[in-house]
Formats: sequence, structure tokens, C-alpha cells
Amino acid sequence: MTVRIDQTKCIGSGQCVLAAPDVFDQSDSDGLGLVLIAEPPAELLPGVRDAVDRCPAQVVSLEE
Amino acid sequence: MTEAAVCPVPHENRTHPLGAPAGFEEAISNGPVKMLWPNGVEAWVVSSYAGVRQVLSDRRFSANKEGGPEMRTEGEQILGLPQPGNMNVMDGDEHLRLRRPLSRAFMVKRLNEMRPRIQEIVDQHFDEMERGGEPADLVSSVCLPVPSLVIAELLGVGAEHQALFQATAREMLGKNGSKAEYEAKAAELGEVLAKVVDEKKASGSTDDLIGLMVNDTDFEMDELLMLAIGLLVAGHETTSNFFGLFTLTLFENPDQLAVLKRDPSRADVIVEELLRYTIGKLGGAGIARRALEDVEVDGVTIRAGDWVTVSSHANLDEQLCPHASELDLERRAVPHLGFGFGPHQCLGANLARVELQILLRTLFTRFPNVRPAIPVAEMAFREDMITYGAAAIPVVWS
Ligand code: HEM
Ligand code: SF4
Repeated sequence: MTVRIDQTKCIGSGQCVLAAPDVFDQSDSDGLGLVLIAEPPAELLPGVRDAVDRCPAQVVSLEE
Repeated sequence: MTEAAVCPVPHENRTHPLGAPAGFEEAISNGPVKMLWPNGVEAWVVSSYAGVRQVLSDRRFSANKEGGPEMRTEGEQILGLPQPGNMNVMDGDEHLRLRRPLSRAFMVKRLNEMRPRIQEIVDQHFDEMERGGEPADLVSSVCLPVPSLVIAELLGVGAEHQALFQATAREMLGKNGSKAEYEAKAAELGEVLAKVVDEKKASGSTDDLIGLMVNDTDFEMDELLMLAIGLLVAGHETTSNFFGLFTLTLFENPDQLAVLKRDPSRADVIVEELLRYTIGKLGGAGIARRALEDVEVDGVTIRAGDWVTVSSHANLDEQLCPHASELDLERRAVPHLGFGFGPHQCLGANLARVELQILLRTLFTRFPNVRPAIPVAEMAFREDMITYGAAAIPVVWS
């Protein structure tokens, strides 16, 4: 399972960070979403799915 | 396809101060309907969870509100952020150009760093409320002053300008009628802010919002001043109204208030449920968009050029969570639509969250017996197009 953020449409809302703080961060230079752990362990996946749901710009994805 | 019947948009007459305008829930019960607004514009109302997410995130809907539905006939609405820094009516790249550079100031980690300072501001206001004795008005002593002080802090308005900033902001925000008066006050506030801008230019600081805009964006001076004033307007009444409404919701649901008192450290999750439920219950036809092409939403075809409003009633949709029409403070945080969705989702959401968490936790831990001094049904409420709240909340705590 691979986590990605399409930064071209990210609005830097930080909803991914609230949903899964271990997996996501925001860049100090522009506030945009960053993936810290691209292949998160199973116990972090519920938070990642929550981030996929919550991202207002719909740019967080979790792929097989 | 049959044309939907058009009913006047229900507003103002709420059967309960924490409920939707009378007739609203009935009107939307069979899917999207068209409603007629006081300025003569017709607009669809979409109120399902999936439908609202679609309208607010689909680029075939524009946020340009020119000629759109308005509560007031004379178009004197002042709540839209002032031009030309009004990102709320822009689409695509034009919108991102204004919004993106600001997101750094609202980063989750930045706001977490601000928590001690916000707590200090909140404590000072509760101290003063307590010194003033019972009964006290929660609205004038805490709800109103705290958010504007916090925004001054975020903008980087230094201590030496804060008294003037506060006084002018208060006068400006108090102008509920005349556009001319409002604009005069906004201009005065612009003068205070222009001084702050000069200081940031000299220091080169990017540690606060004004510094960031001055030293690290291509914003023009007029855009920058209007963005700063716009943030003050957008972040002031919303946060103060909702702190009051959350408190009233808890007073009306003592079993749920007990959940907060039992474990105030869960204030973050509790604030999400209060946002979902309180905003959902208030319902009504809200944020407007305009279709640029024909779009299918919730089984109806919205034609190019049609206006659409979304209802926060979507927060009570079972698609979002089980027993969605009930307040359940033990629920996990769900992706509610209280701050909207899509590229225009509230820029200040994370700030509002931190403020509301600190305010609620502090109120109910410092004053565990706090309660309304008069029945909620007898309190006066103020209704505006997008802001609604209690005019005063008299409380006692001993
Ligand atoms: C409980 C408090 C708040 C609520 C419920 C709220 C709600 C909302 C909603 C629903 C929108 C979306 C409007 C749309 O889609 O057209 C929005 C946008 C916005 N809000 Fe908030 N808000 C709150 C607090 C704040 C605060 C504290 C600030 C700033 C300090 C703020 C600044 C903004 C701005 C600038 C926008 C426009 C964003 C854009 O168009 O991209 N809000 N707010
Ligand atoms: S939630 Fe989406 S829009 Fe917000 S920072 Fe994360 S990726 Fe970007």
C-alpha cells in the first residue's frame, strides 16, 4: 500500500496531519502536505483512509 | 423530467434557537429543491452528504457569487470578504494564488505552538468574567473579545498597536447595517495595518501572517490589507458565535456535557462532534455556487448557469455516520462538512478548532457548575446570512 499526495492541487489544509500525524506533515516552506511514511504499516492505515476521506482537495491517495 | 416546485427560502423563523428555520427540513426531505431568495434569485438546495461534497469539490461549479442568492434585497451584504483580496469568490489558479501562501500561517504545527498564548488570552478573559461577578454575559466577556485578539496575534499586530486595532475592529464588526460606515471603519483599520506592514518590511520577518505576506508573496498592498481585514471578519463572528452555540448545546444536553466533564482531555474529538451536530442542526440553505455546465447531483440535472446552495443539514446524513441526528460526544471524529469541503474549505478551520478546544475545556473545568441564568428559549439571537448566534448568554457558576 502506497500513500501519495498530488501537491499540484493541495491547499495546505493540514487535514491529513490531523487524521494521521505519523504519516503526514506540512512543509515548512509552503505549508503543503507531505508524506512521511510512503508505505505505512497496517496499524496506521485507518488514519490514512481517514485522511483520504477528509482531504478537502481530494489529493491524498492510497494505492495497492 | 418534471420541474421542481419553487418555495421561498425558509430563514429567520427557527422553531428552536438551535434548530433549522421553520419548514426547511420538510422542504428538503425529497432531495434537491429550488428555493426563491429575497433578492429574486432561484437556487437549488443540495443537502445530502455526498451531494454537498460533490458541489463543493467539482470544478464545474464556480464560487463567483456575482448576481447570486442573497438574504437582503438591497445587496448591502457586507459579510463577503472585501475586494480585491476576496479569495472566497475566486476559482482555480486565481484562488490558489491568494490562498496558498497563507496556509503556512495556519499549519497544524504552527497553531499547536500558539496554544500556550491562546490559553493565556482565554484565561485572562475568564479571570475578568469571574471578577465581574454573577451573572455574567459569556458573549461580551469571552466569545467576542477572544477571537479578535487571537487573530491580531496571528497577523502579527504588535502590542503597541493592539489597543487601537481592537477598538477599530470592534467598531467595524459591530456595523451590522450600513456598508458606508463599515467601509469607513475598514479604512481606519487599514491605516493601523499599514503601520504594521511598514514594520514588517523593515524587519524582514516572516514569523506571522502580515510578515509572511509582506516579505514572501507577490501580493499587492491593497490585496494584502484586504486579506488581513478579511481574515479578521471571517474569523471573528464565526468562532465567537460557535463557542456560544456549543455552550448552549451542552446546556441543553446535560448527559453529553457530563461526557466532556468526565474527560476534558478529549476536547479535540468533542469539538468535532459539536461542529458536526450544532452546524448540522442549524441547517438552512448556505454556501452558494453556480454551475458552469450541466451537472447531475442527487438525481437531478443542474443546468449550466443555475445557482446551487448547499445545506449544512448534510452533517446529519446517515451516510456520514450512524445515528447522525444525535449528539454523541463519545463518537470518533468524522469528516463532517462544518467547515465546508473542496478548495474553499475554511482557511481558518485549524485555528477555530484550537480556539474552541481551549475555550470549552477552560470554561467547564474552571467553572464546573456553570449554567444559564435564564432559559435558553428566552435568550435573544442574532441572525445574518451566514452568521447566527446568541446576542447574550447570561451565566452563573457558583
Ligand atoms: C467555527 C468557526 C468557523 C466556521 C464554522 C467557518 C466556516 C467556513 C466555511 C463553511 C467556509 C467555506 C465557504 C465556501 O465554501 O465558500 C469558510 C471559508 C473561509 N473561512 Fe471560515 N469558519 C470558521 C472560522 C474561521 C476563522 C477563525 C478564520 C480565519 C482566521 C476563517 C477564515 C476563512 C476564510 C479566509 C475562508 C475562505 C476560504 C476560501 O475561499 O478559500 N474562518 N469558513
Ligand atoms: S489534507 Fe489534502 S489539501 Fe490538506 S494538506 Fe493534506 S493533502 Fe493538502
